[in-house]
Amino acid sequence: MTKGRNGLSFYEDLIFERSREGAVGYSLPPLDVPKKDPSKTIDSKCLRKDKIGLPSVSEIDVVRHFTRLSLWNYAIDYGIYPLGSCTMKYNPKINEVTASLEGFADTHPYQPYSITQGNLELMYRLEEALAEITGFDRVSLHPAAGAHGELLGMLLIRRYLEEQGNPRSKVLIPDSAHGTNPASAAICGYKAVELKSNKQGRLDLKDLEKALDDEVAALMLTNPNTLGVFERNIKQICRMVHEAGGQVYMDGANMNALMGITRPGNAGVDVLHLNLHKTFSTPHGGGGPGAGPVAVAKHLSPYIPKPVIEKNDKGEYYLDYNPEKSIGRIRSFNSNFGVLVKAYTYILTNGAKGLKKISEHAVLNANYIRARLKDHYHLPYEAETLHEVVFNDKRQEENGVTTLDIAKRLQDYGYHPPTVYFPLIVHGALMIEPTETESKDELDGFADAMIKIAEEAKEHPDKCKNAPTRPVVGRLDEVKAARNPVLRWTPQEED
Amino acid sequence: MEPDNLLFTEEHEWLDADGSEGTVGITKYAAEQLGDIVFVELPEIGEVFSKGDTFGTIESVKAVSDLYMPVGGEIIEINEDLENAPELVNSSPYEDGWMVKIEITDEEQLTDLMDNKAYEVYLKEQE
Amino acid sequence: MKYLPNCGEELQKMLETIGVDNIEELFRSIPEELRLTKPLNLPEPKSEMEVLAGLKHIASKNKTASDSAFFLGAGAYNHYIPTVVSSLISRAEFYTAYTPYQPELSQGTLQALFEYQTMISQLTEMEVANSSLYDGASATAEAVLMTDRIQRKKNKVIVSDGLHPEYIETLETYLHNLPLEVVKVSLTDKEGETDLDALEGAVDEETAAVLVQSPNFFGVIEPLDAVSEICKKSGALFVTTVAEIYSLGLLRGPGAFDADIVVGEAQSLGNRMNYGGPYLGFIASRDKYKRQLPGRLVGMTEDNRGQRGFVITLATREQHIRREKATSNICTNEALCATMAAIHMAALGEEGVREVADTCYSKAEYAKDKLVSIDKVSLVYSGSSFNEFTIDIGKSGIDVIESLAEKNIIAGFPLVYHYPDRENQILVTFTEMNSKADIDNFAKELEGVL
Repeated sequence: MTKGRNGLSFYEDLIFERSREGAVGYSLPPLDVPKKDPSKTIDSKCLRKDKIGLPSVSEIDVVRHFTRLSLWNYAIDYGIYPLGSCTMKYNPKINEVTASLEGFADTHPYQPYSITQGNLELMYRLEEALAEITGFDRVSLHPAAGAHGELLGMLLIRRYLEEQGNPRSKVLIPDSAHGTNPASAAICGYKAVELKSNKQGRLDLKDLEKALDDEVAALMLTNPNTLGVFERNIKQICRMVHEAGGQVYMDGANMNALMGITRPGNAGVDVLHLNLHKTFSTPHGGGGPGAGPVAVAKHLSPYIPKPVIEKNDKGEYYLDYNPEKSIGRIRSFNSNFGVLVKAYTYILTNGAKGLKKISEHAVLNANYIRARLKDHYHLPYEAETLHEVVFNDKRQEENGVTTLDIAKRLQDYGYHPPTVYFPLIVHGALMIEPTETESKDELDGFADAMIKIAEEAKEHPDKCKNAPTRPVVGRLDEVKAARNPVLRWTPQEED
Repeated sequence: MEPDNLLFTEEHEWLDADGSEGTVGITKYAAEQLGDIVFVELPEIGEVFSKGDTFGTIESVKAVSDLYMPVGGEIIEINEDLENAPELVNSSPYEDGWMVKIEITDEEQLTDLMDNKAYEVYLKEQE
Repeated sequence: MKYLPNCGEELQKMLETIGVDNIEELFRSIPEELRLTKPLNLPEPKSEMEVLAGLKHIASKNKTASDSAFFLGAGAYNHYIPTVVSSLISRAEFYTAYTPYQPELSQGTLQALFEYQTMISQLTEMEVANSSLYDGASATAEAVLMTDRIQRKKNKVIVSDGLHPEYIETLETYLHNLPLEVVKVSLTDKEGETDLDALEGAVDEETAAVLVQSPNFFGVIEPLDAVSEICKKSGALFVTTVAEIYSLGLLRGPGAFDADIVVGEAQSLGNRMNYGGPYLGFIASRDKYKRQLPGRLVGMTEDNRGQRGFVITLATREQHIRREKATSNICTNEALCATMAAIHMAALGEEGVREVADTCYSKAEYAKDKLVSIDKVSLVYSGSSFNEFTIDIGKSGIDVIESLAEKNIIAGFPLVYHYPDRENQILVTFTEMNSKADIDNFAKELEGVL
């Protein structure tokens, strides 16, 4: 019994192909000031004479077009997204309501402080809450995403080490790390050095010891790591790195396993980024926006980016645009505020009690999936896992069915596939993180589908190899897309 | 078995040495590992590289690999066909899929390379 | 707890299947010494009613563009957003969807982003655009890193003082640990345009790129054709930044002046001001540089049934494959904001975008005449403008704006925040959202306060 079933969907042209001369989808009030001819003040060679090329369509066309497009998407509101390290949990509707309140959404970042005390108060309280959850001194709400937070974290470390006398040149990164880690280190002028994971999937301490020297600026760690395994030696790891004169950066993408259970700050981590669009339920939007706040230990707080939110003796909030030792800024204005409102709403809704229960249920759900699938899929690492688990296609490959085929076949069953081919240390990885917002029913449906597919891999492998058949499109020619990239529509373009 | 007139590196490049000139490409094994090739980035004519230097990159949809010089040399010709037909590397890795022609700096370095028999043994070890 | 579906009997069955007695056992792998012994110091959970009331109360402490006469821009703009935008973007299929890594399940997002890429290319008159970066400032930094990849051995970039100061600050922070030098060129005192003689003097064979913003931060439209010529002569790449993208509804796209890369902020299209974010960085370039673009690119292709479809393409540039050699570290971007921009541009269309741009220009010109006719007010620069310009009011900008704010007039941006020697200057902005009555009243009240 599969969850996926056939249904009527609609073909839809590109919006440009719907364009008709004279069609109009907007209305503006009549101009109430004199209409001025731009050529009176602007050099005519700067003025647009030809058409921009945007479509001309009616409001109904716009609505039909994008509504039909939306039907081609899977979304959390349809079902589970068991994507490892993405924490695709349910996005509470109340978050959308609070974020779109005029009082928040129609304010400009440069308005005088006297008339934005509400926004500043929210940011101040959110910082306090995130600092409490993670165990750090200060939290910068500045970064627009996790990777942006990683960049910030590495910049802070570098500035701190510069002031100590030597910025150093290397950053140690486990082979199981997300690709953003080495990419962010590179922008800071650091060379990424890979550390091997041991047979339990944890950081090999002997390897770490060998690698630590006086050129190592930092260790970038994910905890729990991308296998879902908790680095139980984290206190010792932090000690070792500190003794060698380095700093510990923690990738907090997997914070959903730890809220109210443990705090990275308590273990000796120096700087951590959070993903509000993962742990704190803000919606993914088809790829963004998110927010990547960075929590820092006391010795790093002088360097956080501008502007910094402060409160004066009268209890008034303001933005300090010139903190003395700040590294500067990595974005305009102050934050992805609209995303912060959603995270703050979530924290208020759940409180301490709720956040802890969330982590508990995230770990419960992942372990339930692990128990249901372990007899059908190969588990490359035996270690206990928290909120996510990694299988691979070792057994299915014996019949020529790969992780890719399993993922595509899962679509026919009505489920979004797990993360595939990551982490890189597992060949053909299937990384599963169900999150706490999935019911036993949904988890069973997903597990049943996976088990059915494991059977199909043996009995009818072609069903997997030819999948998917139910979504609006089948497998897409990615080779063609990369060899002859077509990245925009042009008027005479035929497919 | 790979063609017997070629020499091979551990990074799966091949070299066809003809006096002081050589032609370089990647082996069938390497092309298969990468999958359908979508793009090959080649150096400029005149660039000089040492043995082991990265002289370009090769991409499939989901992977990218550096291309390493089997011996030191100067680039004297590049295969411009690869710009519009990168798939030649898949269909004809040893002939039409050649990548660069070089002026070899030090012919002694040729002795460090594997012949086709040694490369075959090496490939078996990879599995 | 309404977001946790498993309880009671079901919970028990799950524990049995796993083979533990309680949830606590599942955390054995975390050492005792690291376990928290008391609850987090956060408030008790709150009901939906209480949360809503609490947030509304906080929001009420702000003044907004909806309840004031609003003349503030400086990189974030108050524009009309058709109701279809919020209506369509509230569809769960758009906002709760994941990144389109499984394209068969993401054709909606992918096609919308493909349309967005096309529209940005059209506005900027460039050949190719990506599907979003974080904002105009980080996009500017990404553009410079891109020029470095293209030019390789050249290690200097020339930046006009006319760029948004936060774009410059961001660029300097990004480049701080990299071997690239930023050299600034000032604006002319009279026109407020980039000093072309100084620019010509600064550009040499070591220059990877020249960056000019138009209209610039002070509102002045820059002579992009002249800058382009200087770049061509020296082999430097010509990069323009755009903070108010609606200007491209009236002005030619920088592609018309042979720009190599155009970056900036597209928040004006369909995205509310949101106190600073999330915004919408954009980048567009020549087709020949597409493999050096940062961020995600959506490409058109075919599926195995011969149907048109879309995929993320040229992914080998990105961090998940190229890791430390990636064109950028960006992963999560501003996809939903880009989708909103696409819906916005579809609704307004060819005529609407041009009409809004024309309206902004006319309103700003009308306001300019009114404000400048006030005794103590003078225009700081003579260069032409689109919808923003800088005035000197002879008194502290911060104080004047503060007093006008009490009358529900948000009068612009006091430049002293970024430029300590511009204490008496403010940047004022006008859009289709400002009525003639509001502008007249602004002029009247400003005169009263001076």
